[in-house]
Parts: sequence; C-alpha cells; structure tokens
Amino acid sequence: MQREAAQGATAVSIDGLTMEYGALRAVDGLTLAIKEAEIFGLLGPNGSGKTTTINCLTGLLKPTGGKVRVLGFDPQLQGLEARKVMGVSPQETAVYPYLTGEENVRLFGELYSVPKKALGTRVDYVLEKVGLLDEAKQRVSKYSGGMKRRVSIAMALVTDPTVILLDEPTVGMDPQARRAVWDYIVELRDEGKTILLTTHYMEEADELCDEIGIIDHGRLIELGSPGDLKTKYQARDMEDVFIRLTGRRIREGA
Amino acid sequence: MKFDHVLALAKKDWRRIFREPAFLFLLILFPVMLTVAFGTSFGAMGGSQTTQFKIGVVALSGNSTSSNQFSHDLSASGAFVVSYYAENSTAQSALSQGQLQALVLLPAGFDQSVQSFRAHPNDPREWTNSTVSIYLDKGSALTAQVIPTMLVQVLDQEVLGAKTATQGTPLSLSSPSEVEVRGTSVFQSFAPGLFAFASIYMIMIVAQSYTSDRDTGVLGRIMVTPTTSGDIVMGSAVSYLIIALFQALLVFACVYALGYHPAAGTAGLAVGFLIITVFALCNIGFGLITAAVSRSAGAATGISFVFLMPQLFLGTFVGSALSPTAQEAGRFLPAYYVTDALTSLWTRGASVTSPEVVTDLAAVAVSSVVILAVGVLIFRRLAGGRTSLP
Repeated sequence: MQREAAQGATAVSIDGLTMEYGALRAVDGLTLAIKEAEIFGLLGPNGSGKTTTINCLTGLLKPTGGKVRVLGFDPQLQGLEARKVMGVSPQETAVYPYLTGEENVRLFGELYSVPKKALGTRVDYVLEKVGLLDEAKQRVSKYSGGMKRRVSIAMALVTDPTVILLDEPTVGMDPQARRAVWDYIVELRDEGKTILLTTHYMEEADELCDEIGIIDHGRLIELGSPGDLKTKYQARDMEDVFIRLTGRRIREGA
Repeated sequence: MKFDHVLALAKKDWRRIFREPAFLFLLILFPVMLTVAFGTSFGAMGGSQTTQFKIGVVALSGNSTSSNQFSHDLSASGAFVVSYYAENSTAQSALSQGQLQALVLLPAGFDQSVQSFRAHPNDPREWTNSTVSIYLDKGSALTAQVIPTMLVQVLDQEVLGAKTATQGTPLSLSSPSEVEVRGTSVFQSFAPGLFAFASIYMIMIVAQSYTSDRDTGVLGRIMVTPTTSGDIVMGSAVSYLIIALFQALLVFACVYALGYHPAAGTAGLAVGFLIITVFALCNIGFGLITAAVSRSAGAATGISFVFLMPQLFLGTFVGSALSPTAQEAGRFLPAYYVTDALTSLWTRGASVTSPEVVTDLAAVAVSSVVILAVGVLIFRRLAGGRTSLP
C-alpha cells in the first residue's frame, strides 16, 4: 500500500478521531494537523484523552471512528511503515530494569534494525544527550525515576525518527535534567523532526511548544501558539490559560 | 519475521534469566538442587543402596529346562531375589501379604514356546505362542515401572536369545523394550522424570515475564517498534529452547554424577535431549495462557500452578506412585511423553526408531506446537486490551 501523498507540511493528521471504551468516549471527534518540524503540545486534564490519542497514532489502539495519519501512513493498515518513522516514549516508564541503560537503548536500536556499525555511536550519542552516558553501564533498576524517564526518551530517539511522540517526557526529572531534555527536544525540532508531546507542566508547554492543543473530555477546546493563547485569554502564563479553559475541579481522586 | 529482532529479544530474555535471582533459581539452580536432593535421598550416592526386587516364580509346566533357566537368569541378573512356588495359590498369598513385590506365572506351554523359537527364530509360523502372566504389588510404584520391562529383557535376551528388541518372540509380555538388567536403585528409575520435573517451572517464569512486561508497558512499547508479535514469541522460543537444553545438560550432569548412566548411545542421548528441548515450547505456551488470564505477575505465579501441578504429578516420576487411573490420565499431558521417552531411551535402552520412542517424540512435538499456538492466540485475544498487542 502506498503512503498517502503528504499534504503541504502536515506530518501528523488527526481527523474526527473517536475512541470509545464501552459507554465511555475517551476521544470525541478530535481533529488536528501537526506540521513538520513543529513541537506540538497536547494538553488536558487527567483522563482527557491525550494518551488515548497517542496510542491511536502508534497503532496500539484501533480508533472507533475517524482517521489518523503519520507522514501519510495509516497506523492500522500500514503499521510497519508508520512505526518505522516514529519514536515513542510512553507515559509509563517502560524500560527493562534488569538491563543497563545502554542495553535498553541498544535493544530498541536493534528492533529498529539500526545498522550495527552505526548503532554503538548512536547509542552513545542519545545517552549523552539525555545526560546518562556516565551511568550507561548501570542497571536501570538502580536508576532514579528521572533517570529512567531519560532512558525511556533515549530509547525513543535511538533510531533518529522523523516523528517523535513523547507522553509526559519530563515527569520526575530534576530541573537540570529537564532543561537538558528541553534543549534536546528543541534541537530535534531544529533538525526538522516533528514532535508531539503531552505534559502537565505548563511552563514546559510554554517554553517548548510552537503550537498547543488543549483537549477536555476528548474534545479539542482550544488551539494556538502559547503567545496567541496567552494574549487571547489575557493570561500571565499557560497555567492560567489552562485553568480558565478546563476549570479548577480535580478530575481524579487525589 | 526478522532474525535480528528475534536474536535481540532472545538476548534480552537470557540477560533477565541470569540477572534476576528468582528466574535464575527456578530455571538453573532449582533443577540442580532437586536432582542432588533426590539422588542423595533415593539411593544414588555410592551405589550401595541398590534395590533388589522380591519376585516369585510359579512354573505351571512343572520343572523344565526353560523354566529353570528363566529362574536362574532372574537371580543372575542381580536385580531379583527369586522365590519358587509350586502352587499358584501359595504364591498369590505371599504376594498379597507383601512378601513378594511381583509374581510371574510361567504357562504350561512355556517350554514348548522357548524350544519352538530356538528351533525357528525367524519363522513365527513354527512358534508355539504363550503368555507369561505377571502380578504386581499395587502399593509399589517402582515394581509397576521397572519389573515388566526387566522381565522382558531376561525372557527375550537370556532365555530365548533374541538378538534385538524388535525381534518377535512367541512369548507375549506387555513391553517390547529392552532393559539393561542390573541392580537398580530407586533414583535410577526416577531419573528420567527429573528432566520434565525441572523443565515445567518454565511455565511460571514465562508467565511472570510476559505479565510484568505487559504491566510495566514494555510489551506495548515493543509493539510500537517495527517488531511483530511473531518476532516476540520467536524470541522467547529461541531463548527458552536454549535455556531448556542448558537446563537438561545440567540435570544430566547431576544424575550421571549420582550414578544414573543411560543405556543409550549417541543417537539415544541426542533424541532424549531433543525431546526435552522441544518440550520447552509447550511450557512457553502454557506460560502465555497463564499470562493472558493473570492480572499481575503475582497472580501469574499462582495461576501457573493450574498447568504446572497436573504435569508435575502425572507427567514426571511422581506419576509412577499414583493409581493406574491417574497414570492413564497422565497420557493427556505432554510431560508424560517426555518422561516415557527418556525412560525408554535411557533406562530401557530402546532404539530411537522404536515405535514407543517415535510415538513419544511425535506426541511431545505436536502437543507442544499446538499448545504454543493456542498460547499465542489466547494471549493476543485476552491480553490485547491490556497490552494492546496487535
């Protein structure tokens, strides 16, 4: 099956995406277009449908309705092609604790069939970028939560993907590590990569994202650049915008 | 399916087995400890605790050259303490009172059968057929397992002088397999069952491994790489097949050191190891089924016993101590055929082409592949929602 011709500069398109779990509609007719070489922030309260949207993009979930495309590939019908161009760091710190940081990253390089000659260099490169080269030979079980998260990001990036999906990438990181990861994400964008990230850190969205989509109850309720959104809502920062749009009520049990 | 993906995943599994203490213990250390414990407990050490079976012989034909030779050969084997009875009723009484472990009734035509065979060893039309009856002590598991085949050995090779195990004779007795008649310890009769016993714990390891990978999200994460579910299962198969072979070699080294010396040549040993290794596929399949229905790695440990216990009781050396009905039930379990094949090949010295061994190998191979396929299907279907395994 041929990849659909790219329309303009859209790297990821989501058109009327709906995902239902029985009676629960987690995503409700979501439509987005994420441009190439853009950092797109998908924000929303807990349970608003962010992770479900990402799982539909990766092909892990089959949408109930609508369609998604990653560089023109349908993740359901052209799963292999779509997965080859994507790097994914999921919400869970999905790493093998009994492997070292280097072994985790190398494993994912091998699963993407990165040539052996280039793999060693690439593994070292991404580990250095996330600040883990010195701890690369330690087993992940000995890492802190923030270090595990950084390994997870390195695993997503070892194949040098064109489209990068980062589900809450900096949870549990100290400020220095978070800043290093931000710098790396910006660098990737400048290299032409398309990045979709979800985050609960509004300063992260403000700092990093070129475009932000705020979703609630599975629906897109606002879309724009951080600057435009702050101007539109006469808000001091993105947190203010977020609270105005989604309210103060806590969505999940504390 | 891509070989580099399979190899990468297999390497990952090997690292887990050798780095996680619980896995290392169950798959590598436990079989060694178990073998040594059984060896020392059941008379393998030093060779001083060999068993001699008390057996009674009644010659319904009266004293004849052949019946006398049979009794003499039984005694000479060193495995039997032979008592002679003139009356069947007296012998039956001795058996029922526990004075004997087995009773052999040589039929009235025994002498004619032996003579007819010796005169025309290759012409069955000239033979006088007769049946040697055996009565066994039901309370002794070992007698049921060992004595019939040892009697066949004595009858065929010593009394009749048959050249091979596959050569027909006019004397019918249940098993055609050869037996290396010698002093036999309990451990030697149990040893083949230790291999399946050690291997079935792989069910628990596979179930825990897949369940924890699913719960921590790494399984789902691998599924968003260009890796297929076939690569993942094949990676597990490769890693656990090699682990199974390694485990079997370890157990073999232990039982050999403890005095179990298989009556098999290179081919018999190779086929034995092949059967044990193939059996790992069955354990992977049961492990996948367990993982599919388990909500956590802890639950998987408990649920794995649903598959583990029947095989343990009915398919290993433990089964020989159970009732005939239970032993028959064991025929529905792959482990039974592993133990049966190893007993035939290594204890009885049966040929790799003997019908019994070929049947066992086929049963293990077919059931293992089917169970593995069922495991993959059930895991994909039941766990799909939790793992998002496509």
